[in-house]
Amino acid sequence: MSILVDKRTRALVQGLTGHEGSFHAQQMIDYGTKIVAGVTPGKGGTKHLGVPVFNTVAEAVRETGANAALAFVPPPFAADAILEDIDAGVSFVTCIAEGIPVLDMVRVAAALKNSKTRLLGPNCPGIISPGQCKLGIMPGFIHKKGHVGVVSRSGTLTYEAVGQLSRLGIGQSTCVGIGGDPIIGTSFLDVIQMFNDDPDTHAIVMIGEIGGNAEEVAADFIKKNVKKPVVGFIAGQTAPPGRRMGHAGAIISGGQGTAREKYAALRAAGIHTVQSPAEIGETMARVLGKSKAPLRHAAMKKKASKSKKRAKRR
Amino acid sequence: MKIHEYQAKAILAKFGVPVPRGEAVSSKEGARAAAQRLGTPVVVVKAQIHAGGRGKAGGVKVAKSADEAASFAEQMLGMKLVTPQTGPEGRIVRRLLIEEGLDIKRELYLGILVDRVARAPVIMASAAGGMEIEEVAKEHPEAILREVIGSSTGFQPYQGRKLAFGLGLPVEVVQAAVPFLGSLYHAFIETDASLLEINPCVVTGDGRLVALDAKVNFDDNALYRHPELLELRDLDEETPLEVEASKFKLNYIKLDGTIACMVNGAGLAMATMDIIKLSGGSPANFLDVGGDASEARVKNAFRILLSDPNVKAVFVNVFGGILRCDMLASGIVNSAKELKIKVPVVVRMEGTNVEKGQEILRKSGLDFTVASGMKDGAEKVVALAGAAR
Repeated sequence: MSILVDKRTRALVQGLTGHEGSFHAQQMIDYGTKIVAGVTPGKGGTKHLGVPVFNTVAEAVRETGANAALAFVPPPFAADAILEDIDAGVSFVTCIAEGIPVLDMVRVAAALKNSKTRLLGPNCPGIISPGQCKLGIMPGFIHKKGHVGVVSRSGTLTYEAVGQLSRLGIGQSTCVGIGGDPIIGTSFLDVIQMFNDDPDTHAIVMIGEIGGNAEEVAADFIKKNVKKPVVGFIAGQTAPPGRRMGHAGAIISGGQGTAREKYAALRAAGIHTVQSPAEIGETMARVLGKSKAPLRHAAMKKKASKSKKRAKRR
Repeated sequence: MKIHEYQAKAILAKFGVPVPRGEAVSSKEGARAAAQRLGTPVVVVKAQIHAGGRGKAGGVKVAKSADEAASFAEQMLGMKLVTPQTGPEGRIVRRLLIEEGLDIKRELYLGILVDRVARAPVIMASAAGGMEIEEVAKEHPEAILREVIGSSTGFQPYQGRKLAFGLGLPVEVVQAAVPFLGSLYHAFIETDASLLEINPCVVTGDGRLVALDAKVNFDDNALYRHPELLELRDLDEETPLEVEASKFKLNYIKLDGTIACMVNGAGLAMATMDIIKLSGGSPANFLDVGGDASEARVKNAFRILLSDPNVKAVFVNVFGGILRCDMLASGIVNSAKELKIKVPVVVRMEGTNVEKGQEILRKSGLDFTVASGMKDGAEKVVALAGAAR
């Protein structure tokens, strides 16, 4: 099991025929994701990467039974693409685009409220359930099938954490990038609730950053409801106030949203906090080690033998 | 994007928000002429910089004659104004706003921003005008009234009445407040603002509401649909290196440390700054080269990082996803050769094509320090920056 995406996920890609869409769709197909349709207005009736292309999302859903959408659409057109998915009744939509105007997302958020669609992102790397389905731009090969759920506002920092876990032999159930924008479709709280309910997820890594209070809200839920161990890191301990640190949502404003406050909330919820981003994997290994020492042991051995092999090759 | 007060007021006036009469000037004589044209017993001389807290720092003065306005202008123009928001380096005053003096009975706070939790614009109002809203929020959160504006309904008159009566305004002022707030909301939406603040909004002796100060920030991501607003950008108010970086779509923020960072992805870039600090060093910048960085972008990034004279060492920390490590490595090697980099460079690469990338670095004949992980890299770069001191 996993959350949100798995072997049953049948995805359509908006912008399949574009440069970015083509590249990532091919990567996803190679990973084993079922890409069943592309949507590019004006190219309906053609095939691209062996996938049928449609003019509208509604048509693609009707013809292929797609139950998920991935939008590779430039920011000015992204809100429209998501609204089209909502209208077509797609149940799960991931939007990668970075740089969507906030007021566009206000409209999208209002439309989501009265719909059966869940949006992931925007400004996110997507989602992967290792070995089952990759819906996004993350490098598939760093992941490993297993039982740790990863949720993060970041892209590459998530890869960093996943890389650390996999190297220690700790696999993941699902890794979710919720996105770095101030208005996003799926929050930490949403994902943590799903991980908590997923019997296949035994522990959770949560990677937050400065700005907003979504980490605090999730921490409060964890304190009251989550028995699974949680490891938490917050990026931006050294970020100056009032400056937007790359992500549109990563800003300390009016003294609110600092890493210090977030760490305090995480600690108060009994989360295993990590001060150094290099120790996310190790900390999870230690946390799991209490109940699963052999697992970690085996992982270390495997790693050692692998690096020996590599040395020989050189 | 930030703009000046006089620009913000011009925009608000266009949307029907009452603002004081005034003119922006950049000379002593201009100030005198503007004061004469206004013809009010007192005029206010206001320094135009992209930072608040001007009043206490001597950037706002009340003149009782045109001559006095001219002499204040002479003092202020060219002066370095240091306020809590400018940082110790302050800002040079290049322009002044000369405004009519008003008979002020009450000062209110009004603000609009997009609330992350409500996922919608929220109008905030407080009777404590002129004070920092953050302080009010901390000390008396109940003193801030909030109205969430639905995106399909937009601003409704009853919401204006709720806020205005909530502030304890008399009925005749409430009647003025409703269209005032409507215009303000309209301006916020139509310009894709990210923040609109009127602090203070004043009630005058004759019962009018006037935006005495105005702060408007725009959503950078929406500027593509407002070319006329882009013209309001004042490069003098921005850090030169950040302006340069923005030309190459590099997300760069200058800090005051000695270790330059080049990272892909905003979260990893923040985490890299954090681990430098944890390892005993201090970051010279935040820099996200982006997931789709080209060799040219890597080179421009290096050039900008190295033009900061405080930099003693560079830490390249990249987790290749879409960004391939071999491309990054050749970008680093070519930059190092072309720019004749003299400070030590520590490179930590991981992800797509990492072996190829490391090979390129090894074969370059240049003296890079290759790190095996984030922690190793941070420790090495801190040691090298320390040694270079």
